[in-house]
Amino acid sequence: MDNILKLLKQNARLSNKEIASMTGLTEEAVAAKIKEYESSGVIKGYSAILDDDLADKDNVTCFIAVKVTPTAEFGFDAIAKKILSYKEVESLTLMSGAFDLAVTISGTNYKEIALFVAQRLSTIEGVVSTSTHFFLKRYKDKGFMINADDKDERSFVSP
Amino acid sequence: MMDYDRILSEKCKEIKPSGIRKFFDIANSMEGVISLGVGEPDFATPWSIRSKAIDTLQKGKTVYTANAGLLELRVAISKYLERKYNLKYDPKEDIIITVGGSEAIDLCIRAVVDPGDEVLVVEPSFVCYKPIVDLMHGVPVVIETKPEDNFKLTAEALREKITDKTKLLILPFPNNPTGAILTRPELEAIAEVLRGTNILVLTDEIYSELTYQGKHVSIAEIDGMQERTLYVNGFSKAFAMTGWRLGYVAGPQPLVSQMLKIHQYAIMCSPTVSQYAAIEALENCDKDVQAMVREYDMRRRYIVNAFNELGLDCFEPGGAFYVFPCIKSTGLTSQQFCEDLLYKHKVAVVPGDAFGNCGEGYIRVSYAYSLQHLKTAVEYIGEYLDDLKKNNG
Repeated sequence: MDNILKLLKQNARLSNKEIASMTGLTEEAVAAKIKEYESSGVIKGYSAILDDDLADKDNVTCFIAVKVTPTAEFGFDAIAKKILSYKEVESLTLMSGAFDLAVTISGTNYKEIALFVAQRLSTIEGVVSTSTHFFLKRYKDKGFMINADDKDERSFVSP
Repeated sequence: MMDYDRILSEKCKEIKPSGIRKFFDIANSMEGVISLGVGEPDFATPWSIRSKAIDTLQKGKTVYTANAGLLELRVAISKYLERKYNLKYDPKEDIIITVGGSEAIDLCIRAVVDPGDEVLVVEPSFVCYKPIVDLMHGVPVVIETKPEDNFKLTAEALREKITDKTKLLILPFPNNPTGAILTRPELEAIAEVLRGTNILVLTDEIYSELTYQGKHVSIAEIDGMQERTLYVNGFSKAFAMTGWRLGYVAGPQPLVSQMLKIHQYAIMCSPTVSQYAAIEALENCDKDVQAMVREYDMRRRYIVNAFNELGLDCFEPGGAFYVFPCIKSTGLTSQQFCEDLLYKHKVAVVPGDAFGNCGEGYIRVSYAYSLQHLKTAVEYIGEYLDDLKKNNG
């Protein structure tokens, strides 16, 4: 992966100037490259990594394993398109293995999510079964420690 | 009552405690300190090395090794040195596995220095050389490197300090604390001064893998130098293995065989589990090292730039994981600057004079920290400098 992308994945708030100093490029070259990544769709957006429990007490997230039966005119992509159109859906991925689609959904309480699954998700044509798993505690997200002790064991000063 | 003062040897009492100790004590007593003070990697040891250690323990390989260390590891080291520098060392005769690079340095100095012998110590440098020479009743002769030479040892500076009592030159590059490196032409010039003398070189190349401007060159590679060089390296910095305590020395058999006696009586052998794990480090971890070097390199570029923008002149170091910015513009001494910064803005850095008198006017800043940590620290240092300006203006 390009160094600019690696750095932005670690910290999207780095300035172009900082990225330039680290990669040995000029500030203008960095700006042009990022613009190119944005317009070609390599970079989709920038968001903060939150501890959801601290940011919003009334937040429940779950992961739903969805099994589907694709048909000739109604394939994986078509089913996926239906699911992703709901604003509650945070992420959606086609998987290999025991189920087909991995869906993560956030809501304000368990009931809201349960209703979403029962009324919206299960009723989509081609969906065979769903299995819902609630997030209880997040330890690490996108490389960042959330509820994990990441203490620096080194002493403050050493030769 | 015991009179401990009469018990202690005069030599031991004369040794000054490390200049770093004081800062360690202050920083340790404070809450919320952001440190840029450590001399060890922030990475964990690569997993395959740790896994090899676990495997070694599970198999119960927990007995002493040969005094000189596991032959298998010595073979791996001789292959590594051949692969990296085209140096040939006999694993059976020319290599001792030591407890960190530190023990290797101690062994070298103890094996060659008699009372009154002069030992050339390049400064600023790691803190252990002079005290060990002192313990041997040797005479440390400091060669100061200069900012205008980018803290490199020059052939002229070396030539000036050589007398008929000079026995040993300690050559610490890539350098802690300055990050300076020596290129092949620079090493050639130094070798030119030494060839034809009976002066031995102790080259401390513990940061050899952490170089960012071309490939590291060892003094031992230069024509005619291998026979007059004790090569010291270790696993701490390159493989993020500080706590494993493992290093080595390679050199001419007539020296190494004598050094082995000291090692045998003082240490017996280096930690067995660490030795097995180190074989994995040398044979299969090039990629892990490269990944760490890439990460250090980005931080290095960031921090050099950041200090220069703060108005603290900072030359671009070619190796190790330190920068050595100049703080003379503040009008403070290194000690004052570091104490003030620590008390007022809770950032811990090391005063340059802890590494020799010529480090006065500089601070050592380690970038063995995450980028986020470095950014926060730079921000605090910036606030501190602003305060200084306000108070002075």
